[in-house]
Amino acid sequence: MKAFKGRVVVPGRIAAEVLVSHQGLNTLASFQKALQFGDKKATCGDQNNPDLYGKQMAGKALCLPQTIGSTTGGLVLYCACSMGRQPACMLFSNPIDSLAAAGAVLADVWLDNVRMPVVDSLGQEFLDYVKDGMNVVIQEDGTVLVG
Amino acid sequence: MKLTEEQKALLEGSKGETLAKVMESLVRYGELFGADEMVPVSSKYNHLVTSFGLKALGPVYELMDKLIEAGAPSGQKFTVDPKPLDKNVPSNFAQNIVFKHFMYSRQKDYEKQLRELGLLSDKAFTCTCYMDEVGNKPEFGDVLSWSESSAVVYANSVLGARCNRNSGIIDLMGSVIGFVPKFGLLTDEGRKADWIVEVRTEKKPEAQLLGSAIGMKVMEDVPYVKGLDKWLGNVLDDEACTYLKDFGAATASNGAVGLYHIDGLTPEAVKYGEDLIKPDAKVYVIDDAELERVYRDYPVIWKNKDASPKLCFMGCPHMSLQQLKDWTDKIEKGLAMSGQEKVTVPTVFTAAPDVLEKFARTPYADRLKATGVITSYICPLMYMNNPLSEKMPVITSSNKLRTYTSARYYTDDEILDQLTKGGK
Repeated sequence: MKAFKGRVVVPGRIAAEVLVSHQGLNTLASFQKALQFGDKKATCGDQNNPDLYGKQMAGKALCLPQTIGSTTGGLVLYCACSMGRQPACMLFSNPIDSLAAAGAVLADVWLDNVRMPVVDSLGQEFLDYVKDGMNVVIQEDGTVLVG
Repeated sequence: MKLTEEQKALLEGSKGETLAKVMESLVRYGELFGADEMVPVSSKYNHLVTSFGLKALGPVYELMDKLIEAGAPSGQKFTVDPKPLDKNVPSNFAQNIVFKHFMYSRQKDYEKQLRELGLLSDKAFTCTCYMDEVGNKPEFGDVLSWSESSAVVYANSVLGARCNRNSGIIDLMGSVIGFVPKFGLLTDEGRKADWIVEVRTEKKPEAQLLGSAIGMKVMEDVPYVKGLDKWLGNVLDDEACTYLKDFGAATASNGAVGLYHIDGLTPEAVKYGEDLIKPDAKVYVIDDAELERVYRDYPVIWKNKDASPKLCFMGCPHMSLQQLKDWTDKIEKGLAMSGQEKVTVPTVFTAAPDVLEKFARTPYADRLKATGVITSYICPLMYMNNPLSEKMPVITSSNKLRTYTSARYYTDDEILDQLTKGGK
């Protein structure tokens, strides 16, 4: 197991399987179709993201540098959480961006019984290390154990 | 974060649980970025990104209902992004069913919510709210609580207002409370450039390609662009503003740019010059070959890559009045040269309702109509984002539309050729 320490954005303890996007996650392009057409797996619909396109995002430990694109990003993430189609956790190598931060905070403040731990600032080494299918454990203090 | 007594009281529930949660959302959001205070929103109007009553966004409408029930409307009137439906835009029977009864079944209810919360007018649906005809044009230095990535980057860069890349819902919350957390693009330091972009092209670079290249390189950083004033001049006239509208939308959608400076042209670059550049700024050189590389790297996801286009969308973001006029001239000329009377691909030009109204009063409107081009206030993105439209071979010169949908990007000249010479 290798440990990485980041900053806690939304606290929580969870174990999940890794899904990695090496480029910025376009939240609208990735989630919109899944939310509109009842896809409980939240299959990524972003044609411009070869790492994620066509893969299940719901329930995964989504590892990424940041989110990009439309400013609907935060509310799209909020809706994914509200509908139970969110990743198990989001692990950012960079400091979190304003759109992902909005989605994470809104879900934590406004939704009962939904918890999506979010850790940021895990560093480039983290993103280089994690691979699809690995398992991670997130601890309350922002430590991410990868095995 | 240091809060005023009024803000502390709100956070503690002096005006009810809903407003306390609004305050908590904004404080937590700001603290993540090191904000140490909330500052008043000073623009006359707000602008919201969510314009569509999409069945899938039910949780958002429930949250807005809570604001309405709590008697917490927006503190400012607001404009909002374009509507997702317009009967003028070609659509087949199946699309109509999907649009009206499946996807946008909550449109009517949502527009009612918007009116209750503070919608400026029934014509206030556009992503280019800053156009003179629309009138939501902030002053230099104004603090905004806007969203819509293309509008935010325009307001910051071309108008010199101050706004972070707020998400939908956060945009409205800032306006409800009247304050936004001070961080990022609201601070002097946050407006300094992390990148120097040197434009060394032999011809005027395509706005949408240049913006795309820069967005993908710098992501959320601030670029200071040198060498572009050679092509745009040093005055923010209609032509330059239109170019920067499309350029900025591409930087924001292909990356996450919220502010750019154009040497010798945009207001802060004119005022502060290279003092805006951070000492450790990285350098990105763009020549014609680099733009060609970026263009060639775009994936084409049409099932049949050689399909003839069935629809062309222009105007994402919405076109300016001058753009509508210029394209009328170009299309007429192109058709005359190729001996055609009408465009050879069904084509929709989109613009703000107020811009379309003004355009309709010019002689250009009848001329454009005669070419077969349809004008609409629709949001092309909202039209495209469903499996039926996705299967259509749609072409565009909008890099934002390309990024979010299956629409295929072509340069303006290539689009003109397709529209006037046979749609191949």
